[in-house]
Amino acid sequence: MKAVITVVGQDKVGILARVASCCAEYNVNVLEVSQSILSELFCMMMVCDIEKMNVPFGEFADAMGELGKDMGMSIHTMHEDIFNSMHRI
Amino acid sequence: MINNNDILETIRMIQDEHLDVRTVTMGVSLLDCAGSDIDKACDKVYDKILYSAGELVKVAEDIEKQYGIPIINKRVAVTPIALLSAACQAQNPVKFARTLDRAAKEIGVNFIGGYSALVQKGFAAGDYALIDSIPQALAETERVCSSVNIGSTKSGINMDAVAMMGKIIRRTAEATADRDCIGAAKLVAICNAPDDNPFMAGAFHGVGEPDCVINVGVSGPGVVRAALAKSDGLTTDQVAELIKRTAFKITRMGQLVAREASQRLAVPFGIVDLSLAPTPAIGDSVAHILEEIGLETCGACGTTAALAMLNDAVKKGGTMASSHVGGLSGAFIPVTEDAGMIDAARSGCLTIEKLEAMTAVCSVGLDMINIPGDTPAEVISAIIADEAAIGMINRKTTAVRVIPAIGKKVGDELSFGGLLGGGPVMKVNTASPAKFIHRGGRIPAPLQALNN
Repeated sequence: MKAVITVVGQDKVGILARVASCCAEYNVNVLEVSQSILSELFCMMMVCDIEKMNVPFGEFADAMGELGKDMGMSIHTMHEDIFNSMHRI
Repeated sequence: MINNNDILETIRMIQDEHLDVRTVTMGVSLLDCAGSDIDKACDKVYDKILYSAGELVKVAEDIEKQYGIPIINKRVAVTPIALLSAACQAQNPVKFARTLDRAAKEIGVNFIGGYSALVQKGFAAGDYALIDSIPQALAETERVCSSVNIGSTKSGINMDAVAMMGKIIRRTAEATADRDCIGAAKLVAICNAPDDNPFMAGAFHGVGEPDCVINVGVSGPGVVRAALAKSDGLTTDQVAELIKRTAFKITRMGQLVAREASQRLAVPFGIVDLSLAPTPAIGDSVAHILEEIGLETCGACGTTAALAMLNDAVKKGGTMASSHVGGLSGAFIPVTEDAGMIDAARSGCLTIEKLEAMTAVCSVGLDMINIPGDTPAEVISAIIADEAAIGMINRKTTAVRVIPAIGKKVGDELSFGGLLGGGPVMKVNTASPAKFIHRGGRIPAPLQALNN
């Protein structure tokens, strides 16, 4: 099972580090990261393995949302199935 | 590998364009709760709903978290209560309504549908008493929704029931006149009512359905409108193609949620209802889609054609995205629940006559329309008869949910709050249809019924 974490907001130092350490805290393995900066807007997508996550999905998503608020960024965590079902036949 | 653009598109749809699953509705059969003692029957009804749907809200909330997709409503639809009240005649069926309301509050659903009777061909035991009790039931409860099927392509139109419903709708509005007549907003007269409709107020659990079932209604007017905002220069067939592609994505998401809910609740998956259901929120309006296609205001000449194309494209796109499609499936045009419709009605551009024409080419019927408080019951009955005739002849569902604004006249406003919205009182043609309505009897089933 995989989840997709998206982080959008003002660029600053340590975004990737904080998001990644939050993943580690919940035993979520980061598989792929892609990031870009468009006119100072930071946009990052992470695909993570959540097979061995140590809490229910909702709790992890909430923790990420809280982290986002804390950092002044918008962070969304969604199960990969929603993207697969919406964009692939 | 998931494409980054796809990820961003999905997030934009949810964040900026109001993409959501409109409702996860659990259908629950209450046939095994019938009995001659109404109190015992009510206890069984309460227990069965809690047993079957107790986890519904929690499971739906978990799914919301997992996929990051809002599920706006969690609801329950039950067997038409007239079938239960048939077993305990001479006792006031309002007890069932109170029980449903109590059960709905306990499990946390915002509406429970099925205080209903199916009388398209005539009244059976329990039907008359149930319909007569609707005004009291809707005044005394908060979450119960009621519907009466008064016609079908196969059976024709029961004009006795049509005459009765005009009076019932008026009495329901009068009984809740102190609350902006909200009772009438939870009552609908239908022709060709589907057994598996997940949307209120017309939802009930048909007798041919399994014991318990999950039906899902999708939404997404905002997403369709946003897609069309970039459509300048496209021909109409290209616009239709764009709507189809968008509807496909919306419905796939509904299908995913339906499958997941069905698995987690260990209840069979019934259908996905392919609908464009608006809300009063800005940016979530079907009228605005029509305006984006190229009409100055919803209600202008051309509205019916644009709506027909929209409705058809939504169905074509959605059908391939779901394994089982059902319910109402089509674009909804509830006036008070749609910001664009409200504005068009206020400006006088959108009239009841135009809305009636629109109902011939889209889902449902004259929905959430405030009419003057002094509209005679016969006129309301005749509105129902007109709509039912459109449904009967075109083999489609049509319905009437009008709210007589007691004590108010054209131009005044009613406000229900929440998803029911609010809007202006619209003008109704009051030339008298009384003699026609008082004839009673039945409109015979049309030739369209003879397709064997």
